[in-house]
Amino acid sequence: MKAFTYERAASPAAAAAALAATPNAKLIAGGTNLLDLMKLQIETPTHLIDINRLGLDRIEDTAGGGIRIGALVRNTDLAAHPRVRQHYGVLTRALVAGASGQLRNKATTAGNLLQRTRCPYFYDTTKPCNKRQPGTGCSAMGGFDRNLAILGASSDCIATHPSDMAIAMRVLDATVETVRADGSQRTIPIADFHRLPGNTPHIETALQADEMITGVTLPAPLGGQHLYRKVRDRASYAFALVSVAAVVQPDGSGRFAYGGLAAKPWRVEAAEKLRGSQAIADATLAGARTSPHNAYKPLLVQRTLESVLTEANAARA
Amino acid sequence: MKFDTPATQNPIDRLRVVGHPHDRIDGPRKTTGTAPYAYERHDVAPNQAYGVVLGAAIAKGRIKSIDFAAARAAPGVLQVVTYQNAMKVGTAKAIPAKLMAGPEVDHFDQAVAIVVAETFEQARSAAKLIDVRYEHVQGRFDLAAAKDSAVKPDMGKDPADTAVGDFDGAFATAAVKVDHTYTTPDQSHSAMEPFASIAAWEGDKLTLWTSNQMIAWACRDLAEIFGLPKAHFHVISPYVGGGFGGKLWIRSDSAMAAVAARAAGRPVKVALTRPQIVNNTTHRPATIQRIRIGAGSDGRITAIAHETWSGNLPKGKPETASMQTRLLYAGANRMTSHRLATLDLPEGNSMRAPGEAPGMMALEIAMDELAVALNMDPVALRIANDTQVDPEKPERPFSHRDFIGCLKVGAQRFGWDRRQSTPGQVREGRWLIGYGMAGAFRGNLVVKSGAKVAVDARGTVTVMTDMTDIGTGSYTIIGQTAAEMMGVTLEQVQVKLGDSAYPVSSGSGGQFGGNSSTAGVYAACVKLREALAKKAGFKAEDTVFESGKLLFDGKAVSLGDLAGKEGMSAEDSIEFGDLDKKYAQSTFGAHFAEVAVDSATGEIRVRRMSGAFAAGRILNPKTARSQVIGAMTMGLGAALMEEAVVDKRFGYFVNHDLAEYQVPVHADVPVQDVFFMDEVDDKSSPMKAKGIGELGLCGSAAAIANAVYNACGVRVREYPVTLDKILGQLAQKAA
Repeated sequence: MKAFTYERAASPAAAAAALAATPNAKLIAGGTNLLDLMKLQIETPTHLIDINRLGLDRIEDTAGGGIRIGALVRNTDLAAHPRVRQHYGVLTRALVAGASGQLRNKATTAGNLLQRTRCPYFYDTTKPCNKRQPGTGCSAMGGFDRNLAILGASSDCIATHPSDMAIAMRVLDATVETVRADGSQRTIPIADFHRLPGNTPHIETALQADEMITGVTLPAPLGGQHLYRKVRDRASYAFALVSVAAVVQPDGSGRFAYGGLAAKPWRVEAAEKLRGSQAIADATLAGARTSPHNAYKPLLVQRTLESVLTEANAARA
Repeated sequence: MKFDTPATQNPIDRLRVVGHPHDRIDGPRKTTGTAPYAYERHDVAPNQAYGVVLGAAIAKGRIKSIDFAAARAAPGVLQVVTYQNAMKVGTAKAIPAKLMAGPEVDHFDQAVAIVVAETFEQARSAAKLIDVRYEHVQGRFDLAAAKDSAVKPDMGKDPADTAVGDFDGAFATAAVKVDHTYTTPDQSHSAMEPFASIAAWEGDKLTLWTSNQMIAWACRDLAEIFGLPKAHFHVISPYVGGGFGGKLWIRSDSAMAAVAARAAGRPVKVALTRPQIVNNTTHRPATIQRIRIGAGSDGRITAIAHETWSGNLPKGKPETASMQTRLLYAGANRMTSHRLATLDLPEGNSMRAPGEAPGMMALEIAMDELAVALNMDPVALRIANDTQVDPEKPERPFSHRDFIGCLKVGAQRFGWDRRQSTPGQVREGRWLIGYGMAGAFRGNLVVKSGAKVAVDARGTVTVMTDMTDIGTGSYTIIGQTAAEMMGVTLEQVQVKLGDSAYPVSSGSGGQFGGNSSTAGVYAACVKLREALAKKAGFKAEDTVFESGKLLFDGKAVSLGDLAGKEGMSAEDSIEFGDLDKKYAQSTFGAHFAEVAVDSATGEIRVRRMSGAFAAGRILNPKTARSQVIGAMTMGLGAALMEEAVVDKRFGYFVNHDLAEYQVPVHADVPVQDVFFMDEVDDKSSPMKAKGIGELGLCGSAAAIANAVYNACGVRVREYPVTLDKILGQLAQKAA
């Protein structure tokens, strides 16, 4: 870890301003990912802006019938919130499928969206990685890529986004709220928040350099069956090989977002107009490129989706 | 004391303390944080500096240059030590990998430099500033590719190959046969406590507080590495947070701490990072195993062959995965072999039950496949092929073998009779349910072990031995042994372990530690009993030690009074004769598992594990059970998730942390039922006990793999059994 300076922000706009004012500064909230990366010198900020005391820890109803989740609401609190459990069950299920109880107690809503990939080559500073050091190359390609991307990847990067929460937020059409140094605010649809790698895999989100997430809003409840199926080698404390977030309506129509496939939550709205897991999976996976290690993923997506649909049907019956 | 004839009646047989499920006497210290581990010994040497090891960034080649000027100039840095400015660092005969690189690099993450600083953070930060330039050399990292270049290795007292009868002829004409190749991956010990050492020199004498299983080996190897007499090294390791064989030999934390302390002129503490544990230290080597078994239609084996290939650094040893096949099943025509290829991966070495752990993973699937081919129950097949003699040397009987008892009791406790022999028949919701079983087998090794036992004026008994407790319960069973022998309660016994100032013990490894070290304590106690009886004027062999007293001929005298202010002590060791040559000594068991396979995704979850084990006298059923359930859990990991993945381009284990090298978490571990057969083995030691630390691992993975087959009809012969290996066939079967 490199030595760094530290300040405690007084307001969200001040935090964004500090971010703009100090080169190589980073915001820190739960720190469950950033501190690990700093110890390994994968992240080397020279200045940390602590936003933990900014409030932003409330879950409130919105005028539109949805909820607004403060950026600093901890994963544990979000998962346990009565409104979330009642109306956004897919989000609770996704949250509790992630990490461990201890980590969820610390991890925040905004931090969860901003966590970095778990690609093993990103973590290994003895190996080239375009995400860690732009222009050095991708070691994952041709390497151990069993759990890496099959969709939306580029010749520069095949990393996946590790979040479970973000997959549920994608299926719920969440909106990310931000503030910038000048105090201006904007909203970013979750679909546009995470970027595909292209030839700039180190740029992972739509956030500007002086922009801070203040909250996430969910639209009015969708009703229907809320399911989150996370497929992994061990029963807990593992990232998804594939995950499916689903909201299935009584008429059998549904929305589906997928984890473990790409650098962002994967959702193909056009595929949701189709019926049957095979048709939906085929349309969702159009353009998928696999390697021998991850060639299992398309079939796993289709079968997991089929299983989720079966479960939703059974619950309706 | 020489142990060369079977044990007769002795004071241990009273079983007043031994054989009872006492809590671990070190438990309160562990649970209250007052059992200090090596890195926490802030108290033992003043002015400790922090060392951080920099590992090699390449797998094979040469260091062209090292520029550490920036690191040396960084805040708080006291020294940067490399092969160029270090004291002489030689090699130890018992350690294949050099613990410090330079100029040659022999494997990825081999220690290249150590930075010493006032704080850990300063040392870690400065280590990143060292600029090492390398000349790469293409290494060999692929066992399958190197297989054909493998040679017959030197396996010490055991031959690499054995052959009895005419295997080829008998196999060719067998009514039913199986012939399959199985693979087991590289595995990491991944003990909770990292490798950690504090080194402090006083002149030419080094004190090392470390985490190590074999104290005397540590002194021996340090002496060889630094070219100084063994007596110059004082090694202290009273608490070890898991070793699993990884800490049988000192690693770079010890050597680099010593080098750094010498250079800095101060005590230095070093802990390896989690990634370094995977690539800088040792691992269980991967294997390729071909097994051929031929049987008559009655299920009796007529031909059995087990061939194993593994790889290692040039001075490394083979993984002896064919060994158990020499002893486990009957059959007149048989052969086994081991072949060793040279690989440039980090050093492969012992990990819990070396040989049998991966060997049983393969053999016990092969037996399941034979049962399928015979249309015979897998338990019945194993019973039909039991042998009471060494099948390669029929004149050599087993000291005690109750494999059949384990199979029968285990089957009954598990409810094996409810198993559907046709795969894929049982479904609960989306889950396919399967039952599987496997035999358990692990050799029983005995190793010379010494101890000193003292008694003071209060009648308190103190045991001193360099034996280690690596989480196994050594403190407790040694305390129980001394209490039984001296006729006191366990609370009146103090046990001091893990210090080279004490008599040399067996150490902890190969499941020999429990039986051997308590036998050593037994020997010292016999000697002390004789001295006490003599002082009391009693006839030693007729004196009873009970309730803190010596009783003889109607007279009684207290231990404390006899010992007096000066106290009394005795030292002895147990030395084993050739009973292990006259008799095959092994431990046995039977594993049963129930698994659920997600019919859609192929995810595998274990729902129940059950086992019956025969391992001589169980000295403490509670600590023994803990050993077995831990081993069964390790088998679960081996079956379903553990694999140190080799990146064959770079020559290293790529998933080198606990997020990516997956071991079971609580949610993976189901109800575990453990049953111990009530037995004693008088040919193993005066304790009449045998090893129990590794037996529970041997076969448990195969029981799970066989249960997966029973659940869904997909046979996987490449461990670990992960969903991507069954998904395709699962989908085909469903269609």
